[in-house]
Amino acid sequence: MLWVDKYRPKSLDKVIVHEDIAQNLKKLVTEQDCPHLLFYGPSGSGKKTLIMALLKQIYGASAEKVKVENRAWKVDAGSRTIDLELTTLSSTNHVELTPSDAGFQDRYIVQEIIKEMAKNRPIDTKGKKGYKVLVLNEVDKLSREAQHSLRRTMEKYSSSCRLILCCNSSSKVTEAIKSRCLNVRINAPSQEEIVKVLEFVAKKESLQLPLGFAARIAEKSNRSLRRAILSLETCRVQNYPFTSNQVISPMDWEEYVAEIATDVMKEQSPKRLFLVRGKVYELLVNCIPPEVILKKLLHELLKKLDSELKLEVCHWAAYYEHRMRLGQKAIFHIEAFVAKFMSIYKNFLISTFG
Amino acid sequence: MAGAGKSRKRRTIRPKQVKDVAHQEEVVRVLTNTLETADCPHMLFYGPPGTGKTTTALAIAHQLFGPELYKSRVLELNASDDRGINVVRTKIKDFAAVAVGSNYRQGGYPCPSFKIIILDEADSMTEDAQNALRRTMETYSKVTRFVFICNYISRIIEPLASRCAKFRFKPLSEEIMTHRILHICNEEGLNLGGEALSTLSSISQGDLRRAITYLQSGARLFGSTITSTDLLNVSGLFDIVVEADNDITDMQKAKICKCLAETDKRLVDGADEYLQLLDVASNTICALSEMAQDF
Repeated sequence: MLWVDKYRPKSLDKVIVHEDIAQNLKKLVTEQDCPHLLFYGPSGSGKKTLIMALLKQIYGASAEKVKVENRAWKVDAGSRTIDLELTTLSSTNHVELTPSDAGFQDRYIVQEIIKEMAKNRPIDTKGKKGYKVLVLNEVDKLSREAQHSLRRTMEKYSSSCRLILCCNSSSKVTEAIKSRCLNVRINAPSQEEIVKVLEFVAKKESLQLPLGFAARIAEKSNRSLRRAILSLETCRVQNYPFTSNQVISPMDWEEYVAEIATDVMKEQSPKRLFLVRGKVYELLVNCIPPEVILKKLLHELLKKLDSELKLEVCHWAAYYEHRMRLGQKAIFHIEAFVAKFMSIYKNFLISTFG
Repeated sequence: MAGAGKSRKRRTIRPKQVKDVAHQEEVVRVLTNTLETADCPHMLFYGPPGTGKTTTALAIAHQLFGPELYKSRVLELNASDDRGINVVRTKIKDFAAVAVGSNYRQGGYPCPSFKIIILDEADSMTEDAQNALRRTMETYSKVTRFVFICNYISRIIEPLASRCAKFRFKPLSEEIMTHRILHICNEEGLNLGGEALSTLSSISQGDLRRAITYLQSGARLFGSTITSTDLLNVSGLFDIVVEADNDITDMQKAKICKCLAETDKRLVDGADEYLQLLDVASNTICALSEMAQDF
């Protein structure tokens, strides 16, 4: 078992990082009842952990017995029937699903399946809780229509069902949904908190952590707890006992992006652009999301630039990222950005050095 | 009773009668008139969230028909129902076409001789579906009245809008808001200080539903005495203070505003916040330092 899963806090009392939020949540559910919740925050900050712990708090140990199901639905949409397949994670009292998996058909999931689930009252065996919980992941990836459809479902069936929504950015969730939920912001953990967790894990695994080693991992982790613990485990595999100057290997795709950035800075020519295209393709093929590539690339470029160019480059990065959302093929837009950057940079070089 | 929380509070205070709807005088006046004469035009309610549009529509329907006839005379469709062009062509048209009995009073309700179709969140209907409605509205206007409810009137196609009497629902003023909140606090036995009250009305920006949601979450988390910091905690808002010197020229302001507008459009399209914020920042720097802005 990976350490990330092994040391995931199981109950709200054992949470290390977001203790205050955990205590608030606990208070929230002690009185029989809770509002709809919307958790938002960057990845690796502990949203899912808190949600699972919350469910355990509400339903006791039965919330941990989950089964994974691959269910198929036939939705009748007027003239045609649509086949939908969705993976759900369910226990007796809650169902967890990712409606955005259905892509552009997510509206039907919300309108038919979620509504259906919300309508059915839970079978109340011991008279414990009068409601069940639907956990929806990645709500920010839902289309506008699907989010619109969700709003009335949330109101109408709130007597038998609570929704817990989970997403990365709350700005992509419509105002209407936000005003129906209690919004819970989960910050990325600070470096000190990550260090604390790493020390906790190390103690449990009875490892010797050299001074400053945890701090270095935390620094490299980009404030993502998951990544910090994973890289701790990687280091453990690579070399144990730890030496204080041990290399913490960064993600290989990040190195690769940095390489692209260096390439672009060295030479600005169509030939170089062609080379970069190949590298970007390589990244895309390996399932690195295009916006992540663009962001990282901008980050790397900004490190090497003069401040006057930075502003312009930022603008174009934003511009092409927007175009990428509107369009279909990410490669065009990343390449366009690289080309734009080359032209800006070349102009700058010519005007400065002649 | 277990499990009737969130809805319970809002439902208990949701006005049941048109005259109780807060702060929307024109609407209330027209609708009271409707109740007296038992006739009304097609209606289009628009305005920001939480101003009482749905509440008003439901209240008028209930007051016209009473609990008995309500089921057969009112069709309520919202975005959680499928409202593609097919539904408009079949379900809505079928419902609209049915003739109803003549005017007779029953149990103290006017019960006029028409049906009401409430289309909630009409701005999420497709243009095709809206187009398909045009003729239906005219053909069956004798026996059916439509009530459209939407946030953005610009998303309702012009032909539909011109067939309706339009009512704009204003955001609630602070005064009304505090009045309502105090009313709720009294009913629920909550203790809210003056400062907390003004914070609540300012963070909810005229949206009564949001104010109530915040209030309820606050009550759940912090007990019956709620301070303004608690409310800020609950709302998840945080203040970013932008301190500006007053010597920004109009030109600079205009540039910054233009850039903000563009960014907003991009964010609506789903672009990444991080990059867009960088863009705003860099644009602002350019504008402030009077750099030539050639990009």
